[in-house]
Amino acid sequence: MTTNTSALGGLTALPPASGRAGFGGALRSEWTKIRSVRSTMWTLGSATVVTIGISVLGNWGRANHGDATAAQLAHEDLTQRSLFGIILGQLIMVVFGAMAITSEYSTGMIRTSLTAQPRRASVFWSKLLVVSAVAFVVGEVISFVSFLIDSSFWRAKGVDLTLSSPHAMQAVVGGGLYLAGSAILAFGLGAILRHTAGAITSGVGLLFVLTILVNFLPQSWQNHLDKWLPFNSGGQVWSTQHVPGTDLGAWTGFGVFLIYGIVAVALGGYVFRTRDA
Amino acid sequence: MIEANGLTKRYGERLAVDNLTFTVKPGQVTGFLGPNGAGKSTTMRLILGLDAPTSGTVTIDGRPFSKVAYPMREVGALLDAKAIHGGRSAYNHLLCLAQTNNLPKARVGQALELVGLSEVAKKRSRGFSLGMGQRLGIAAALLGDPKVLMFDEPVNGLDPEGILWIRNLMKMLAAEGRTVFVSSHLMSEMENTAEHLIVIGRGRLVADCTVQEFIDANSELTIRVRTPESQRLAALVTAKGGAAAPDGADALRITKLGMTEIGDLAFDNQIRVHELSPIQASLEQAFMELTKDSVEYHAAVPGQPARGAVADAAGVAADVVSGAMQQGGR
Repeated sequence: MTTNTSALGGLTALPPASGRAGFGGALRSEWTKIRSVRSTMWTLGSATVVTIGISVLGNWGRANHGDATAAQLAHEDLTQRSLFGIILGQLIMVVFGAMAITSEYSTGMIRTSLTAQPRRASVFWSKLLVVSAVAFVVGEVISFVSFLIDSSFWRAKGVDLTLSSPHAMQAVVGGGLYLAGSAILAFGLGAILRHTAGAITSGVGLLFVLTILVNFLPQSWQNHLDKWLPFNSGGQVWSTQHVPGTDLGAWTGFGVFLIYGIVAVALGGYVFRTRDA
Repeated sequence: MIEANGLTKRYGERLAVDNLTFTVKPGQVTGFLGPNGAGKSTTMRLILGLDAPTSGTVTIDGRPFSKVAYPMREVGALLDAKAIHGGRSAYNHLLCLAQTNNLPKARVGQALELVGLSEVAKKRSRGFSLGMGQRLGIAAALLGDPKVLMFDEPVNGLDPEGILWIRNLMKMLAAEGRTVFVSSHLMSEMENTAEHLIVIGRGRLVADCTVQEFIDANSELTIRVRTPESQRLAALVTAKGGAAAPDGADALRITKLGMTEIGDLAFDNQIRVHELSPIQASLEQAFMELTKDSVEYHAAVPGQPARGAVADAAGVAADVVSGAMQQGGR
């Protein structure tokens, strides 16, 4: 059809256009985007190493050098303990989630992306879906590997701790969910702020600093506030023990945690679609 | 075809684009000309829907860009060569764009071949020169075989060979019946590529005509006369209603009088003439005349300090000089 004298000679002819460019193409595009930059490997790689590494070191140390007997240990939430590296891992997931969207703005890529697909809702939701799915898979791998290694230390100590222990499966699956939730929250903040440092700072602030700051409030205030904080509410889903009255339940807590993410994503989506790129 | 109707964009206090109405027709290269800061890039962003207009509309073949079925088949745009993720390879950059519009994967490699970037296809674009970035942007614009092409200052950063290449490419694309809309602040560049011109100054439409019409309407013929009696001739020219300005020690630049009239005038008054030559009015001069007017007009608007207008005029002059220098350098 086209000859070599034409401007676009040498290019495979396009198939006849039917339908319209939509969500499927946007999804494939976002997958290509996320797998083709090194920052993805760096953030997810360090989240994995840091979370598993800290969990394993801490659990190995306590299992081998603590004085507690097996009977005493059986009353502790060792499942949560074997996942405690998540406290730092969540912060790296914040970096991953935030950068997935803020890097489009810091590099200027967003203008090219929205020229290829000006229907912004497609771009936003496909990006969120890819980021959430990747964070979920990596989060589950981190959570399961941490538990499988750490529970072996406790079993060696004589404590019966496996995935079929009461609530263990919920907590281990919950660890991955919590990590994915952290990335989603940061993604929403990134869409609102369009600034990498700002999104990471506010994400870390919400998940980490806020939890510490509340400790300086009067005890009576803390009693009412504590359980609603993102870290404390979300943390219930990777615990097997909840103090009635003080803690929310596993799934109620996770639901509250998700609401933070949903609000951030809804606001981010609104800003993404309405503000000049 | 691009149609803008009453297009206006205000950023806070600043009116970047002011009630622009124009049509960019297929089959020819349309130059979009204006000094830096005139609103060219903003207008292009409005066409693509990157920014929402404060008022007015703009359509691509009758539809807003966001309603087009396959955006990359409709419009290919290079607005900013740096608008890419530097950590991604050239190949993956084009691939992620192609996927959004379900374009065949094979075209990615072929487009890189077309712009001469095959050898660096797997390299991260962070290390690319500005010229290579421009080529990558052009490859992205061509991926979808679009009917409309928009280039914002495409020759920036290109070497002479690259400039020639993109000029020919734009002409070829237009000859195939596509709409080609290219902005520049270099008048000389437009003179070489465009057939039609849309000129803006301070966000307002200043001219919408062919290149030849633009030159004819906006510049007068200047005649250079070299004579040992330049002062006497200048006085005679002024008396006849012409305008004479000294051009070096023994020459004049005369306007408002024809070559014959000047020659006769010198002969009748026994003035020796060593040179009598027309100076072709260039687009450069015509453009400077025109934007000077728009600057003066805007200086009269209340709230706009005249100081800004002067700075603007100086900016235009600097553009013209740098344009001329770049032209001379080639």
